[in-house]
Amino acid sequence: MTKPLSFQSMILALQHYWGGKGCVILQPHDLEVGAGTFHPATTLRSLGPDHWNACYVQPSRRPSDGRYGENPNRLQHYYQFQVILKPSPPDLIGLYLGSLDAIGIDRAKHDVRFVEDDWESPTLGAWGLGWEVWCDGMEVSQFTYFQQVAGHDCAPVAGELTYGLERLAMYIQGVESIYDLAYNDAGVTYGDVFLKNEQQFSAYNFEAANTEKLFQHFKDVSDECRALVARDLPLPAYDQAIKASHLFNLLNARGVISVAERQAYIGRVRDLVKAVADNWVEQVK
Amino acid sequence: MKFLLELQSEEIPARMQAAAADQLRTRFVDALKAAGLAHGNVTADATPRRLWLIADDVAAASEGSAEEVKGPAATAPAQAIEGFLKKTGLTRDQLEERETPKGVVLFAVLRREGRTAAEILAEVIPQIIRDFAWPKSMRWGAASQSTAAPRWVRPLTGIVALLDGHVVACEAHGITSGRETRGHRVHAPGALTIESAATYADQLRAAHVLASSAERRQIIATRAAELAAGAGLTLISDDGLVAENAGLTEWPVPLLGRFDPDFLSVPREVIVLTMRTNQKYFALSDASGALAPAFICVANLDATDGGAAITHGNQRVLSARLSDARFFWQQDLATVRAGGLEAFLPKLKDIVFHEKLGTLADKVERVASLAKWLCESGAVKADPAQAEQAARLAKADLVSATVGEFPEVQGQIGRYLAQAIGVEPAIADAIRDHYKPVGQGDDVPTAPVSVAVALAEKIDTLLGFFCNDLKPTGSKDPFALRRAALGCVSIITQNQIGISLLEMMEEHAHYFSEEIRIESLPFYEMNRVIEKLRLGDQNFNAIEEDNELWMTHGENKIAKISKRLFTDPKSRDEQIYRSVGGMFELIDFLVERLKVQQREAGVRHDFIDAVSVLGGGDDLVLLLARVKALQAFVETEDGTNLLAGYKRAANILKSAEKDGIGEPASGEGEGAEALLAAALATALPTAKQAVADERFTDAMAALASLRGPVDAFFTDVMVNDPDPGIRARRLALLAQFRDAVHGVADFSKIEG
Repeated sequence: MTKPLSFQSMILALQHYWGGKGCVILQPHDLEVGAGTFHPATTLRSLGPDHWNACYVQPSRRPSDGRYGENPNRLQHYYQFQVILKPSPPDLIGLYLGSLDAIGIDRAKHDVRFVEDDWESPTLGAWGLGWEVWCDGMEVSQFTYFQQVAGHDCAPVAGELTYGLERLAMYIQGVESIYDLAYNDAGVTYGDVFLKNEQQFSAYNFEAANTEKLFQHFKDVSDECRALVARDLPLPAYDQAIKASHLFNLLNARGVISVAERQAYIGRVRDLVKAVADNWVEQVK
Repeated sequence: MKFLLELQSEEIPARMQAAAADQLRTRFVDALKAAGLAHGNVTADATPRRLWLIADDVAAASEGSAEEVKGPAATAPAQAIEGFLKKTGLTRDQLEERETPKGVVLFAVLRREGRTAAEILAEVIPQIIRDFAWPKSMRWGAASQSTAAPRWVRPLTGIVALLDGHVVACEAHGITSGRETRGHRVHAPGALTIESAATYADQLRAAHVLASSAERRQIIATRAAELAAGAGLTLISDDGLVAENAGLTEWPVPLLGRFDPDFLSVPREVIVLTMRTNQKYFALSDASGALAPAFICVANLDATDGGAAITHGNQRVLSARLSDARFFWQQDLATVRAGGLEAFLPKLKDIVFHEKLGTLADKVERVASLAKWLCESGAVKADPAQAEQAARLAKADLVSATVGEFPEVQGQIGRYLAQAIGVEPAIADAIRDHYKPVGQGDDVPTAPVSVAVALAEKIDTLLGFFCNDLKPTGSKDPFALRRAALGCVSIITQNQIGISLLEMMEEHAHYFSEEIRIESLPFYEMNRVIEKLRLGDQNFNAIEEDNELWMTHGENKIAKISKRLFTDPKSRDEQIYRSVGGMFELIDFLVERLKVQQREAGVRHDFIDAVSVLGGGDDLVLLLARVKALQAFVETEDGTNLLAGYKRAANILKSAEKDGIGEPASGEGEGAEALLAAALATALPTAKQAVADERFTDAMAALASLRGPVDAFFTDVMVNDPDPGIRARRLALLAQFRDAVHGVADFSKIEG
């Protein structure tokens, strides 16, 4: 049996595979986001008539999921591998299964299943139909045909694939804790790279973040976003909307947003994204 | 001829497959009927990747037909004839001239030739695909450049259409029909060429696809039971889960996995829920009926290693999920051991129940007070303090970590946590059971403490929404109030809780408006009051009299209102009207639910209407006792005849009273007339007294004694005597009879 892929080799294999299928291989967006979908290469590029095929790794931050490095399955900072194909090509499922083969999942021995899961992002005002992909009962990817983003119909529809990289790697390598993952083939583990990060950021997210300033930042970036939309600069405006979304996530993790306020904040971020997208669609149609 | 249609697509959600197969069949049968094409048996079914249909004995062609269309007269202006030719698509010499009484008229005979089955099917297939209605559908691919692009549940990938082995050529959603399909994704990934409808199922089977959902279900159920038995365990059968797994697999292979017995410290419901909902696994039990540390998952292939890797993978996933669940459960245990279930209560203040009805903490407060009152008033035979305590703790688990993660086990978790710290069993059970009954067929609580909390919980919800004018309308019932009302009715009738609904609501309504006491309104006036309130009748007023505040309608006092809140008189009045209207409407609403519930028990809704006019009709137990007595009576011979006599009397009176009866002559008459007068003189007070004493069967017996005299009266006596005085006296006697009957039940409401 061949040695399973290390974390970084798996990323390289996915990039190589999708690059070979005509995707541009992008790098992560350089702002804190909650998921790969927030990257402008997905959110904005999924709107408008242009053809667009891209893949990239996106570090994703979910402040509430931090466990101070003590839970073997949960992280506040993790990686998603994202593929966006517009319009969705014929036999996208076949292409996806090919990528599993490429990272060494033997489908004659493992049970890969497509289980209904319709995706919706209240923050992005977006929804699509698709599946969770299960491998032996574990969700390893999210597979979505985008129907609407920021309230706009996607025309044409993009197919979006999101791989949870740590989970997939744990599966391939057969380890029980994220921190035991082989990061490379030279003895470096995921824990060597990220354990301190998880400890310190959990403390920041739950204890240290200055909520008064975060509220002020939220207001500032919201204002900035609107000002930039008014000047027809949707791309820089979108960065401000992303910041607003992350600030909300931080405030939420600090427990200073009540259940009732929560919806209102999500609505405010959605309105920003909507304003940006309206402006963007106007320019690309 | 035998016809096969297969519509391939990417994975169809399991829950939609059965309905989609039905729809395919119905649309197909309807379309052939419309086209006049005969056929035999039609079967339709689905796998995750295809909908398919096979029709037997399809006729080779449809019957031909001829239709005659009448046109203008032969002498009509050229323009009119031109128009008729255009409409029919014929030429002038193809028209027939016929003699009619109106002269010579032109007729067109339109002949439709029979069409071949292939021709019809080629039209029908694209039509079915275009019209198909999925619960949710989507656009995809290059065509989705247009928002009017074809829609399907997931991308449609292929169409097989074969009539006696020949391709029926057609096109839909950009796909051309053919004979090519796909077998199992792993076992037979290449193209598969189907020969005919007759070979379809076998060819798929050879490609590791079981076309029949029934066969897949049967394999899953049988093999799972065998695996369980092989391990000395019993499968906890679950038909829904069998169907779901059959909808997720084309080649189902059940496998047995195990988990660490240490996880059994987590409540059983949580483990089963995780396995069932999150993972679609079957749970197993051991010989004692206890949950076994094992599960059965259903793979979609014969793995090369016999399923070892798949079993191992599924065990790991479940183990990670159960670790999470155990973490939450232990956290909750630590919380209640340190501070009791009360430790959760402050957090209920942060959860809004409804913007007009406050937080969950507010709701808990209200329910506790009503539960206590229900016991204090004697309606429910439980210790008031216990009921109050149970109500206070009933919602605590909603903010526990476990319920946060697994909302479906609300109540169950509260009970387990209560048991873990030695809360009295009656209270612990009430925490679990206070949501019950959830829908028809669910258990109705019978333990007194549970009854008190369950009833209070539902009445509080209902009254809160009704007093704020948030009633269900038509098919819209976002707060599931019909279900709550049906729950109330079931609890009240099954436990024989004799209570005036109005009194209970008066007790509780002060939470939603000012305190209100309905003092002077007879129950049967309610419908009218509700109607008026709804129409915003200006005659409704709030007045102060002798230092008391009353709600009035014209001269009538309707409700006495406490003067606790006197801030904004205008909004206060509106809220009072809303609340009074809400209370009455809620009683009506509950009586409607009672009718629905009783219909299944064979009680006629018109009997319920007939007795609810009496005072006290808001006590459902009393109401039902009366209905049963009434129904029993009307079904006897005496009852049937009396009902007929009543209807006759009521009809006579109806027309006579229109013009006024006039002054009755003195005396009692003679013969049958005197007999009826005498019988009424006895029966009336007897019936009245019996009704007052709630001896309803006795009241019926008193009415039954009138049957003979009434029959004799109608046989021997002519009501319309020429002497107006005598006529008036006889009419008055009939009116007396009618009113006597009305004192027991409104027979005019009885149908038939």
